Amino acid sequence: MPNMSPKKTPMPSQDPKVRARNFLEVSQGYTAEMAREEASRCLNCKHRPCVSGCPVHIRIPDFIAQVAKGDFDAAYDIISDASNLPAVCGRVCPQESQCEKLCVRGIKGDPVGIGRLERFVADHHNAQPGKKLKKPVSNGRKVAVIGSGPSGLTCAGDLAKKGYEVTVFEALHLAGGVLVYGIPEFRLPKTIVQKEVDNLIALGVKIETNMVIGKVLSIDELMDEYGFEAVFIGSGAGLPRFMNIPGENLCGVYSANEFLTRTNLMKAYKHNALTPIMHAKKVVVVGGGNVAMDAARSALRIGAEKVYIMYRRSEEELPARREEVHHAKEEGVEFMMLTNPVEILGNEDDFVKAVRCEKMALGEPDAGGRRRPIEVPGSEFLLDADCVIMAIGTSPNPLIKSTTEGLETQKWGGIIVDENGRTTREGVFAGGDAVTGAATVILAMGEGKTAAKAIDEYIRNKAK
Amino acid sequence: MYKITEKRPLTRNITLMRIEAPLVAKKAQPGQFVILRATKDGERIPLTISGTDTDRGTVCIIFQIVGATTRQLNTLEEGDCLADFAGPLGKPTELDGLKKVCVVGGGVGCAIAMPIAQKLHDMGCEVHSIVGFRNKDFLILEDEFKACSDKYIIMTDDGSYGEKGVVTAPLKALIESGERYDMVIAIGPLLMMKFVVETTRPFEIPTTVSMNPIMIDGTGMCGGCRLTVGGETKFACVDGPDFDGFKVDFDEAMKRTAMYRKFERHAYEAACNLLNKEVE
Repeated sequence: MPNMSPKKTPMPSQDPKVRARNFLEVSQGYTAEMAREEASRCLNCKHRPCVSGCPVHIRIPDFIAQVAKGDFDAAYDIISDASNLPAVCGRVCPQESQCEKLCVRGIKGDPVGIGRLERFVADHHNAQPGKKLKKPVSNGRKVAVIGSGPSGLTCAGDLAKKGYEVTVFEALHLAGGVLVYGIPEFRLPKTIVQKEVDNLIALGVKIETNMVIGKVLSIDELMDEYGFEAVFIGSGAGLPRFMNIPGENLCGVYSANEFLTRTNLMKAYKHNALTPIMHAKKVVVVGGGNVAMDAARSALRIGAEKVYIMYRRSEEELPARREEVHHAKEEGVEFMMLTNPVEILGNEDDFVKAVRCEKMALGEPDAGGRRRPIEVPGSEFLLDADCVIMAIGTSPNPLIKSTTEGLETQKWGGIIVDENGRTTREGVFAGGDAVTGAATVILAMGEGKTAAKAIDEYIRNKAK
Repeated sequence: MYKITEKRPLTRNITLMRIEAPLVAKKAQPGQFVILRATKDGERIPLTISGTDTDRGTVCIIFQIVGATTRQLNTLEEGDCLADFAGPLGKPTELDGLKKVCVVGGGVGCAIAMPIAQKLHDMGCEVHSIVGFRNKDFLILEDEFKACSDKYIIMTDDGSYGEKGVVTAPLKALIESGERYDMVIAIGPLLMMKFVVETTRPFEIPTTVSMNPIMIDGTGMCGGCRLTVGGETKFACVDGPDFDGFKVDFDEAMKRTAMYRKFERHAYEAACNLLNKEVE
């Protein structure tokens, strides 16, 4: 008999006032009892709408049935058939616009907490020592993966499971890509990312850090001299955008990438860290996506007294996940909607002292269907601030494109691929933000998966 | 791992290290840099490559002990390993077709200027080198410069070695005496580069400067190293580190470099207390 409660089983989380000042994880996860209770809300529908909403097609009702039974290991096996990073996805996937959006229980009440259950199953697995994955028998064929973010790790994991000898090349000193430099500790603890990476290493994946492909080695060298039969490019969208307004190069103006990299990757928030970060009192974060929320909430935790999210459209249009917006508000981030910065003003030492802003109104829908923000004449005002964080998006990094002949990209930098992730160069595949521009972890994983399948086919056909 | 195969003090506070990094050694060109971390949990810092030995697979770095991280780096000895060493990053200095060049180096910037002078010399270019130091104790790479320069002038602030004065004095004198340089390449403190540019501007001699701003990733990801060049924002790590000196906004660059000065001072003092070793 299913649990007919219209509400999701609540997940314990840190009190907003307390958590706004620490970097510990906000949501604390289900206990086994809570997980089984929530799992029993699943109706196990025949047409399984949730599965079609999942970019990597996890057999959701099947794993949930195992959770309800209390066989968490069986549940883990089902998830890991489709996903290489369940502990990550259970935390950062936008389930509300994917699997949970299509859940039948969501028609009247809350959908089943699929993300929470996925997280529980993965954490339960990772908490058991000695649950090592077995290294598959090698087929002797080498594949290179560039970038160790979600798409690269997924592609590497899928290929390793098929017996390929996979080497992942990472430019930074630590594997994980955006999972380690971008998403903050309080949303995705780095020990969890490391566990997922360790799981891949157990599958036989080699990880080479400090390797800036395009500089130290080119794709041609990887294929011609190092014997890689195929290459997957998952180099992400690392290039931060700025607004090109006056004052943007003042001290105290950061790209969200820089602010988050200092905080997450370099642990600048820790007392004894060697990497500095500004301990600002009044922070303006420009932008309305998940990255903006991450930056704003990190700024609070570093000790800011006031943090504003400044967005040129209205709250309706905020691209961030509802849950992130909700968490940010609970923690005290102020939302300044329909506002745009036009100039950043500095003091005599060129440190930020204020932002000149203007109010916006929404006009006719633009080409993308969203209502276009237009300036309200005479609405300019000054806002005191000592730090401004630009979180208005990123573009694909041009480093690989500029050193790989025959690799075609869109005008804005995205690598051109077909539906299977094939680029314009034979044997070279791509996926994730390097192709789509900044998107989500799970979409990148989906593309890594598609490409892994295509790489397998490509190499097997070549072998004939 | 990135083993230190040689460590040698060049002055009291400047150290030369050779690091085992064969792939970087194979690709590195004059003007490029590496990002390193001395230890796990250390800071990522950019250091310019001042030479390579492809046979031994080593990369030479020369650094001045100015902050907590360079101090930490200096505690490592031959046989120890650096935690991380990524490169070669940035674009190589463009030297094609040059026939006569004046290379101007200031302080530890000479560590970058020297391999450029060397490469120019190997290309058959006439090389005039002007180097400046605070005093005799700070002098580095004298023999190396002599070996690759057709003219070599040393300046010190206090006159304790070479001539007394700033590098722009002999530069101006050489230009006015009729030396026709295809290019002047200046590498050193921002203030020095700014004045070199002001010296060459009236004579319209193309002047390249090598910028060394605050950096984290070195691959264009964070934008922390941005500077204004010809009114446009550029990232030193991927667009540079070399830029047309006439177009660089040095005043802005100097202010951006000072962004963490307070923190750095504090971290440096903490490191000094921790290591309890006299430097400078």
